[in-house]
Amino acid sequence: MPRIWKFGDGVNTDDILPGKFAPFMAGEAVFQTFAFHYIRPEFAAQMRPGDVLIGGRNWGLGSSREYAPQALKKLQIGGIIAPSFARIHYRNLLNLGIPAFEADLTGVLEDGDEVTLDVDTGVLTRGADTFQLPPPPEFLREALREGSILAFFKRYGRFPGEPVDPGEPMDGEAR
Amino acid sequence: MAEKILSRRGHRAVYAGDLAVVDVDQVMVVDSIAQSFIERMERDLAAVPKYPERVSIVIDHVAPASTVSVAQAQKEARAYAAATGVRLFDVGRGICHQVLMEERLAQPGWIVLGSDSHSTTYGAVAAFGTGMGATDIALAAASGKTWLRVPESVKVTFSGDLQPGVTAKDAALEMIRVLGADGATYQSIEIHAGDRFTRGERMTLANLCVEAGAKAGLVVPGGEILTGYGYDVPDWVYPDPGADYRQEVEIDLTTLRPRMSAPSEVDNVHDVSALRGLKVDQVFIGTCTNGRIEDLHAAAEVLRGRRVDPSTRLLVIPASSQVMEQALEDGTLLTLQRAGAALGTPGCGPCMGRHQGVLAPGEVCVSTSNRNFIGRMGDKDARVYLASPAVAAATAVMGRIALPGDVEAWVGA
Repeated sequence: MPRIWKFGDGVNTDDILPGKFAPFMAGEAVFQTFAFHYIRPEFAAQMRPGDVLIGGRNWGLGSSREYAPQALKKLQIGGIIAPSFARIHYRNLLNLGIPAFEADLTGVLEDGDEVTLDVDTGVLTRGADTFQLPPPPEFLREALREGSILAFFKRYGRFPGEPVDPGEPMDGEAR
Repeated sequence: MAEKILSRRGHRAVYAGDLAVVDVDQVMVVDSIAQSFIERMERDLAAVPKYPERVSIVIDHVAPASTVSVAQAQKEARAYAAATGVRLFDVGRGICHQVLMEERLAQPGWIVLGSDSHSTTYGAVAAFGTGMGATDIALAAASGKTWLRVPESVKVTFSGDLQPGVTAKDAALEMIRVLGADGATYQSIEIHAGDRFTRGERMTLANLCVEAGAKAGLVVPGGEILTGYGYDVPDWVYPDPGADYRQEVEIDLTTLRPRMSAPSEVDNVHDVSALRGLKVDQVFIGTCTNGRIEDLHAAAEVLRGRRVDPSTRLLVIPASSQVMEQALEDGTLLTLQRAGAALGTPGCGPCMGRHQGVLAPGEVCVSTSNRNFIGRMGDKDARVYLASPAVAAATAVMGRIALPGDVEAWVGA
């Protein structure tokens, strides 16, 4: 059964994957083994696919490096739950299809708790306890039905929410 | 300002909270993610850049290459640029944000996306600059557009005048202290500073906005932006007098003292005087935050006729080849070299702990860069303190955290 890995506030992108272990430096095949290398050195070896990460405020602050969440995807984490995410990182999670839910469970779940997470319904279960997680923002659901924003774009040639007809130029517009 | 730029580039009026799909004027790709970018373009999207002239690749994060795998990644980036016609700035040209600014690839009212979080820097010239990851960057290159949720704005007003020895970096660190590391998440910081600050100083302010979580850091055009570089600043880019702000903050520069971020969060900001005396192993002056000519001048002013303390070492890496040329011509580099600085190739240097000056366990570094996270510049037990070039130079002379005034006092003693 998936387990909880609990982190605190302000987990940054260097915590998730230090810059020196980027795939173009550490190697595409092994960079994920350096996930949380400094703050939870046992993580990559001991985590199991499906395990769920919970954290505090401002998860993923710092760098735009998509290879940080890519490392977590390669390790097949089940999802990330935090009360707030840094914006570039949140987009990266979305683009990689890593389930991310905005909720604060750090007060109720503990490291090692055994849980199940249904990413479609947003229901997290621990024994007899269930937690309903908030769904992703509405404008993203259209894309997620196609699998990702990239998949949506590839299929329709436009972004979700983008008008099919381009608008009229505004007064004095450069081009 | 954010609403106005996104409305203009999205061809319809949008307001905070709306989803906007907007034209992108320039897409910047750094060497660190070039392979991912190419893979997304070729394998996942089966696309080529829609407007090659609006895409720039910059080899700066590990330049020159430090390992065979890095060299291979950079070789692939060069081949991709040659095949698709996108612009490429190679080893030695400098740090992405500095180079794009020098090449006028960020202009007032533009939208500039970069595969580097410090892309907020373009706000120095009132361009909506923002960082994104490899997939978003590839989508922007393939489509010429991106999607954004229109941010609310935080107004930061700088009043008064900086005192000697106090710099734009100190003003920026004070802004981060006041807002906090997530104080502007999903929001745009709008900086009102009148005619204060050069373009380079405005870049320092806009650069650090991301450390408060901001999507963009737009500096209202004034001073040198209007008079010094011949920018076409459109009337519509200025904020409306009655604009709505989520939060308003005022910072008095007159009373501001030199600031320093202590480990391991950028918003852990203190007065330098409170940290003075701590033994320092390495001082680093450079990066997209503080590697410009103003910064090298500030360091040279402190170091002229003095020597780096034998118990420490000083690394200086100009932000670009243009900065390096100027500093060569005006004698600044000679001053720094004579003081005992080790000079490096324009680029990011050791900022993210990859090469050219990484730290050993227990070492302390005072750096003019932008992040002091655990392990950022080397070992997890190394500690990084962020400061201005003037404070960094004074620290190099003393071998301990010091204020520029301490150097004067020490020589006079």
